[in-house]
Amino acid sequence: MGGAMRLTGALPARGRANGRSTDRIGDGVLYGLCLFAALLAVVAIGAIVYQVIDGASASISRFGPGFLFHSTWKPNFGVFGAGAFLYGTAVTSIATLLLAVPIGVSIALYLSMVAPRRLRGVIGPLVEMLAAIPSVILGFWGILVFGPFLQAHLEPFLHRVLGFLPIFGTPATTGSGLFNASLILTIMVVPIIASISRDLFLTVPQELQDGATALGATRWEVVRGVVIPSAASGVAAASFLGLGRALGEAIAVTQVIGAGNFIHASLFQTGDTLASRIADQYQGATTNLQIGSLFYLGLILLAIELVANVAAQLIGRRFDVGRVAAG
Amino acid sequence: MTGLPGAAGQSPAQEPDTLSVPAMDLTDPSGLLTPSDHLRRRQLVSRLANASQTACALLAVAVLGTVVYSVASRAASVLSIDFLTKDPPLFYGTPGGGMAPAIVGTALLIAMATAIAMPLGILVALYLTEFAGPRSKPPIRLALDLLNGMPTILVGLFVFGLLVVGHHQSGFAGAFALAIIMLPLIARATQEVLLLVPLSLREAADALGVSHWRTVLGVVLPTASGGILTGTVLAVARAAGETAPLILTCSIFANTVSVNPFGSQALPNIPVYIFTASESADPYGFARAWGAAFVLLAFILLANIAGRALGRSRSMSTR
Repeated sequence: MGGAMRLTGALPARGRANGRSTDRIGDGVLYGLCLFAALLAVVAIGAIVYQVIDGASASISRFGPGFLFHSTWKPNFGVFGAGAFLYGTAVTSIATLLLAVPIGVSIALYLSMVAPRRLRGVIGPLVEMLAAIPSVILGFWGILVFGPFLQAHLEPFLHRVLGFLPIFGTPATTGSGLFNASLILTIMVVPIIASISRDLFLTVPQELQDGATALGATRWEVVRGVVIPSAASGVAAASFLGLGRALGEAIAVTQVIGAGNFIHASLFQTGDTLASRIADQYQGATTNLQIGSLFYLGLILLAIELVANVAAQLIGRRFDVGRVAAG
Repeated sequence: MTGLPGAAGQSPAQEPDTLSVPAMDLTDPSGLLTPSDHLRRRQLVSRLANASQTACALLAVAVLGTVVYSVASRAASVLSIDFLTKDPPLFYGTPGGGMAPAIVGTALLIAMATAIAMPLGILVALYLTEFAGPRSKPPIRLALDLLNGMPTILVGLFVFGLLVVGHHQSGFAGAFALAIIMLPLIARATQEVLLLVPLSLREAADALGVSHWRTVLGVVLPTASGGILTGTVLAVARAAGETAPLILTCSIFANTVSVNPFGSQALPNIPVYIFTASESADPYGFARAWGAAFVLLAFILLANIAGRALGRSRSMSTR
């Protein structure tokens, strides 16, 4: 909607002299303020990128692109490298998506197709409440309640049953590790995927679903053959949004991941992600090089996030997910 | 094609679309139609899929219930009026005390962040709906979406580099970081509700000779005020729980109530208090942190419920 229409010819001549100038000033001020705010939003992104690059300059000039591949992080020796944290970020993100996408889509299918109408209004908001839990509380619960449960029951069970896989190695002595972090991230990402997917599934035309049912398809065959293919790109965009959430989560992850420095094959060992290392080490960072290296981690994270967000936009544009995600 | 008497007797493996019916007279209308093996298997798969979807939904609700129950049960032993009004103890490892500084500080931070983010968010949304042409809309919407998806730790790094380096942490820096997080949420909610304002209202104002800015301030915004309030409440619920930006901008604070956002000490706040307690090993600190977590969680869940209820009643009343 461009500017509003103006019927200035209808103004009485009497009111024109004073009214017009205050109108012009008022219009100008409003336009100026709105333009200022809009430019501020655009400038904010640029300012964030600039600040992060600027803060990382000490580390960039020292380590260059090799920072991405070295996996040593020894503040006392002035040696920093992001390799272990790129690995941690990748592993937790992949594990989270592997769990969260099927569970989220299943919940969305339940809410849009299986649940009785009255239950939808109850379970839907409850799933969205899951997204509202602050990450610090989830992480706190993760350390004190979930971690001991994992360490005492779930991790030994997985090691017994699936221990031939290197990812399910010997459980560590504490409940902290990549596994705990992945599960906590799953709890955070599932509601995002579920609510966006549910709105998408509700927009699949009923005639298509009824047509499939009329041809003798069972409900699952309708879902598999009609609903999911129609909504596939939207679900992919929702998954990218969830991935963005998982990549950027610093607080809950740093509480439960155990701040490890090395790359291990087993999920039960400690590790760190880009975001969680920044949150973990910030308060103890003393030298300029260490602070710069933390900013450098932030720069890598920013680059990955921008790519994930733009990918979500491009995929979602084909399905107008942006409008749905806003709701 | 299917179910004809002539098709009876063909095995399902050869003709998967054919209902192979056991010897039965299909011309008898009072007879029962029993599913064949193949259809029975398809129906079983469908029922299994339904069951697993229901199980996933119940799992999500169970996790929510477990977390809320954990917080509530562990906070029960600590909550009291004293807890809400006293300062935490001075020395590490002592029981008792309260969370008053953190509660006051969080309230102040949220209030300041809302005061910064709400006007700016409304102005951005106004620009998008009233003034922006088709070429200037996409970059602004992209910027808002990128801001919305920005990891909060990076927002913290940004404000740290902008306001804290060279100076000191402060409540204002923390509020500024929270405002950056709230801005896209308020802008998006406001934009949606501005688009719902009927064109007839704007046209009526124009027909009466009302200038554009008076129309916006006197007609459009009041009509949209319910939606703006809903968006603000949901943004507040989101910002109240954010810890990462505050870690970097507002985390070095004393254990007493402070109301000066520009002072040399940062404002105490609940999320950082919980985070610090979780990283230390003081069991009394844990107990206080559970109590603080309960207060924060209750506030956020109630704000969410209120925001959604507001949104639902508004959308029902405009019908």
